[in-house]
Amino acid sequence: MSGLRLYALVYLAFLYAPIALLPIFAFNDGTVIAFPLDGFTLRWFRELPQTPALVASVRTSLWIAGSTALLSTVLGLCAARAGTMARFGGRDAMMGLIMLPLVLPEIIVAVALLVVLLALGLPLTGWTVIAGHTLICLPFSTAILGSAFRALDPALEEAGIDLGLGRAAVFLRVTLPLLMPGIIASLLITFTISLDEFIIAFFLTGTEPTLPVYLWGQLRFPQKIPVVMALGTILLVISVVLITLAEIARRRAAARATGIDSGA
Amino acid sequence: MPDQTNTDAEAAPAGRCPIIELSGAHKHFGDYHALRGIDLSVGAGEFFSLLGPSGCGKTTLLRTIAGFEALGAGRLVIGGRDMAGVPPNRRPTNMVFQSYAIFPHLDVGQNVGFGLRRSEGSRAQKAVRIGEALEMVGLAGYERRGAQALSGGQRQRVALARALILRPDVLLLDEPLSALDKKLREQMQAELRRLQRQVGITFVLVTHDQEEALIMSDRVAVMFEGRIAQLAGPQELYRHPASRRVAEFIGMMNFLPVIATGDTLEIAGLGRVPRAGLRSAAPDGQGPPEAGIRPEMFSILYPGEQTGRRTAQGTVRETAFYGDMTYYEVILDGTERPVTISMKNMPGRMILSPGTQARIAWDAESVTLFSAAW
Amino acid sequence: MAQADPGSVRRGRALIAAPALYALLLLAGPLGTIVLFSFWSQDFLALDRSPTLGNYAEALREPLYRELMLRSLAIAMAVTVTTVLLAFPVAYFVSFKVAPARKALWLFLITIPFWTSYLVRVFLWKVILGFNGVVNASLLGAGIIDAPLTFILYNPVSVVITLTHAFAPFAILPIYVALERIDHSLIEASRDLGESRASTFRRVTLPLALPGVMAAALIVFIPVIGDYVTPRLVGGPSGLMIANMIQTQFLKLNNAPLGAALAVLAMLIVTAIALVAGLALRRFSGPRG
Repeated sequence: MSGLRLYALVYLAFLYAPIALLPIFAFNDGTVIAFPLDGFTLRWFRELPQTPALVASVRTSLWIAGSTALLSTVLGLCAARAGTMARFGGRDAMMGLIMLPLVLPEIIVAVALLVVLLALGLPLTGWTVIAGHTLICLPFSTAILGSAFRALDPALEEAGIDLGLGRAAVFLRVTLPLLMPGIIASLLITFTISLDEFIIAFFLTGTEPTLPVYLWGQLRFPQKIPVVMALGTILLVISVVLITLAEIARRRAAARATGIDSGA
Repeated sequence: MPDQTNTDAEAAPAGRCPIIELSGAHKHFGDYHALRGIDLSVGAGEFFSLLGPSGCGKTTLLRTIAGFEALGAGRLVIGGRDMAGVPPNRRPTNMVFQSYAIFPHLDVGQNVGFGLRRSEGSRAQKAVRIGEALEMVGLAGYERRGAQALSGGQRQRVALARALILRPDVLLLDEPLSALDKKLREQMQAELRRLQRQVGITFVLVTHDQEEALIMSDRVAVMFEGRIAQLAGPQELYRHPASRRVAEFIGMMNFLPVIATGDTLEIAGLGRVPRAGLRSAAPDGQGPPEAGIRPEMFSILYPGEQTGRRTAQGTVRETAFYGDMTYYEVILDGTERPVTISMKNMPGRMILSPGTQARIAWDAESVTLFSAAW
Repeated sequence: MAQADPGSVRRGRALIAAPALYALLLLAGPLGTIVLFSFWSQDFLALDRSPTLGNYAEALREPLYRELMLRSLAIAMAVTVTTVLLAFPVAYFVSFKVAPARKALWLFLITIPFWTSYLVRVFLWKVILGFNGVVNASLLGAGIIDAPLTFILYNPVSVVITLTHAFAPFAILPIYVALERIDHSLIEASRDLGESRASTFRRVTLPLALPGVMAAALIVFIPVIGDYVTPRLVGGPSGLMIANMIQTQFLKLNNAPLGAALAVLAMLIVTAIALVAGLALRRFSGPRG
């Protein structure tokens, strides 16, 4: 084994080190998250559904992440299309502003939005979190969809028009189906970012905390932590299964695209 | 270069009413002047080619006809209707794109039927039309194939079927053969020609391959820098190039320096000929006077062979064997730059080796004069 | 291709209107407000709107703020350097040494740990580095140490370790992409022209990968300098960073103007560093001479 390969494996071990602890403490029959271990139990998993605040925060996070994904992907579609079309005055400045959150620490976005919301006397709700999350997700959806638009042969849309379709029909029948992988990628990424985002949600959330905000509160109470570990384990398994499925789907699609024959 | 197109050829050929009439067409892209005053008329049922090097404006011209680019100035009439403000989807034209633009998310049948309106008959009737269109391009039974699984040649056939099924007045083809390998390209050239005769639709082809344009077209417009340099049939174009540039672009041509004294011309390496009776291309305002002569218009004579033609002497410098032909580079006596001579390989004819002295026959009739001043 | 086509310009403007308006209202507006706030002052519960530089003076003069700012900068730099240095060989390995068919699997393996909650991951580092944590338990168990180590948690070092882990894929992926773009015949050409493996790496591979390295550095640096969670969970009092103070000013001390001034200063630092990085990249990666 070459030195480089050995290093890469050690690095992988470093990446996995904290994750490996999740199941260990999720099944550990002790309230203290430390070694030595106390034996096997499933009670932290059983406690999960019996914690109403946690269930509520999961529900809140899911609808916030869903709305954010939808909103930022729709706005990202507009921005990406404009960004890959003919240049016009002010376009680059506007695109720069849309992409700006990428180079701003999230805490600054969070306090800036908080100050304005408070100054306007607007209440903090799930919608204020969605507004903030959409802002930081928009650069990601714009970038993903921008590369999807750039990968699209402009002749395909022209062919649609040439064959007699109007612009709207071409968008529905040609552009949208071809962009679908990019749209799905954008939805998944923005959903994930919103689901995991803490600092903006922490500043802008109202009476209904998102999952990360709820977890943040629990981390201060040592006796709640094994339940958090159990939840983390479940989330890890779900996301690994999901990305594995997405990867398999991607490979199938790629194989079909380069396949010799899809059958008559 | 002044506008010196052949005015006879600008009009549609006799017996054909014009389907496309373009006059005074200009197009700018920012500071770039892509079309600089194009006038042309394409006859119904004609196979018409736009030929030129890359950047000459031929694709822009095709895209203005299709409606993807608006004309800066000028007038475009297709089928008697002014096309100003008519979007591409309302024009009686369809296009075969350079990349073919086969929709990757649809199968072959869906691609071919893409432009059929909902109103145009039942599902079954459409299926019949799709089947017919595919049969016409030699892809019968391919309806359910995925677009991704097609070869380059098959994609092109699908693109053709998809456009022809709509029975346009004009089919526009943007370098449709450039992505194919040589063998397939030659096969498709013949097939496109056959298809065009069969359906009787006007074809306008964009190409940078002069051979392709000559083989396939009824008429060819040669374009340089946004202007039409010559518009003529293939034979006229080859035999009587209107300018030095056209002559260089179409086929191969030797250029020899010329000195004029009174009514006699002295062609370097070939000798004196009377000025009268020599054909002249239009003056192009550049370069010294030169005599142009195509490689096949020279013959290398057998030792001792008699001929009624004019003769000259030279030395073979290089030979290139092409199978059916041999190309010689010959230094004519008294010159420094070699001329290219092509000879058909025949039984009993030896291929001369470099260094051999050769006697060369030629005719004054096959010379075209190119000049700045005349 | 179709520049200056009035129809497409009109459609472009219409398309960008919604996202641009959104960014103007929810980003440009609030950022402007923050800047405005930073020149105002807080007088108990009331906001004094007369312009003043007092907040900036206090932010720069007060040793606590200055120290937090400098510490944030130092930690962010340290995290950036360690993350990029540790990540480069991995990106190089995946790009150059892994068979093409297995590259996707490696990238997949590298990204999987980051699909778990950021909060939980940071908390797990606390578990690893803690008094009864994995490191101490292992070292005690192996008899290497007699008493748990205390210097590995609640200080800047633990913050750096945790953040280096948290931002690993953000460094690996841009470097990997840059390395993938390198035409391998360039490397062969260098070897053919007589360069050794090492000098080829130094004279060809590294300069061509530099844009990716710079991108990685910025992608790590920017969120790290504003990180709030990690210093709070594993930093202890000596590992707190500027984001924690901004939060305190806004939510605890109710001194929004001072918090705003600190936020503006942090923004300025990020902008300055990004500009320097951009200029350096242009200076060093372009053709020389």
